[in-house]
Amino acid sequence: MKIDFEHKQSAHCENGVASNLMRFNGYEVSEPMVFGIGSGLLFCYIPFIKLDSAPLITYRAMAGFIFKRFAKRVGITIKREKFKDPKKAQERLDENLKNNNPVGLQVGVYHLVYFPDEYRFHFNAHNLVVYGKDGDNYLISDPTMEKVTTLTSKELEKVRYAKGAFAPNGHMYYPIAFPEKLNLESAVKKGIKHTCREMLAPVPIVGNKGIKTVAKLIRKWPIKKGTKRANHYLGQIVRMQEEIGTGGGGFRYIYAAFLQEASELLKNDTLSALSKEMTEIGDLWRDFALEASRIYRNRSAQTDAYNKVADQLEHIGNRERDFFKKLKTAI
Amino acid sequence: MKKSEVPQDDGFLKEEHGRELNYAVGEDGKYTTALSSGWDAKTIALNNALERIEERIADAKQRVLDNKTSPIEYFMEFCRMDVPVLSSYMGLWQWRVKRHFKPSVFRKLSEKTLKKYADVFEIDVAQLKNFDPNS
Repeated sequence: MKIDFEHKQSAHCENGVASNLMRFNGYEVSEPMVFGIGSGLLFCYIPFIKLDSAPLITYRAMAGFIFKRFAKRVGITIKREKFKDPKKAQERLDENLKNNNPVGLQVGVYHLVYFPDEYRFHFNAHNLVVYGKDGDNYLISDPTMEKVTTLTSKELEKVRYAKGAFAPNGHMYYPIAFPEKLNLESAVKKGIKHTCREMLAPVPIVGNKGIKTVAKLIRKWPIKKGTKRANHYLGQIVRMQEEIGTGGGGFRYIYAAFLQEASELLKNDTLSALSKEMTEIGDLWRDFALEASRIYRNRSAQTDAYNKVADQLEHIGNRERDFFKKLKTAI
Repeated sequence: MKKSEVPQDDGFLKEEHGRELNYAVGEDGKYTTALSSGWDAKTIALNNALERIEERIADAKQRVLDNKTSPIEYFMEFCRMDVPVLSSYMGLWQWRVKRHFKPSVFRKLSEKTLKKYADVFEIDVAQLKNFDPNS
């Protein structure tokens, strides 16, 4: 059986699943809109969580939060289920497919056979949509992929029951109730306010202050941790910023796209100007990544080079502080 | 980033994987999406991380051969896992998994436990028991 489901590629999995499921249910909401309304943009430095033995730096809200906030703000209801028993999880999935209902699943990346080997890490907060079943093959719409694909029931069970941090436990979700008309205007405003609050938070590890904290640390890394670890840490920052799913520039371009769409929706020209500014900030992030990659490619130990990327980062921190102050007053 | 500047540096994505989506500004100043086949800056970052994993695997292999650790640690590194992830798959406390790294403890492990490790690593029990440095 195959549900008539339109696969549209997106930059990030969670926005993509949300946007595609909304379209299936007759509501056209773009990926940037989902991201902006769900207050996806963030910067957070979490030294006590280690990913691949480097401190975690994230450019977006925690997995699951974006769709949750989006749903609450536009007024839809999502049903979420987790299962202890993998058999039960498959039965419920089959039941939904039979009822012509495509569902979102949270899965682990490591066992996803259609991913390039180089991208397969033990990361458990990936999302995809199942939209049908053909014999033993499930039809998969993974929004980060250009085309649709399939997984056997065994392969699907494996990714649904991946273990480790954020283990999905068969997590399945789909929207069940919709309002007569989506209240996008107020949702957009709420989303923007929330993002401004987080990016301007008076906490040294969050938002613009977090960016500046990391800049300070980068200056110390080569001396305190040695070049090898300093380079590893820098590499991890770049990966979080640019690897699959950010749309480039650590989600800053997606956010700029959101502001552009929001300016038309709210008929607010200031937002359009701010969208341009956000694009510039995204470009600065790209320059930072490029400069950082030069350091670990040359394996150069000059502290000068580290200071240079730290300067860039500090500049970005200041730009984002000014930016979100302006954005806060624009709506 | 302008649409014309979206990098096409052919990274890890092969034909069958397709390309990934970037957001960029089109000629008319409006946001649009464009596919990218990769960007050197991030390919280098990923390469660095992969090199680091290779080093860890080689190091674990050497320590197995020197009888300083058990093959469990080697296969853990090989599967890009760490102790928290492996213990979660095994349903054991972390200290128990770490204890299984001791060659003396490893030799006394039950068939059942070995089978479970082998299943997690997707290998045969024989591969786990008779460590082949050329594997």
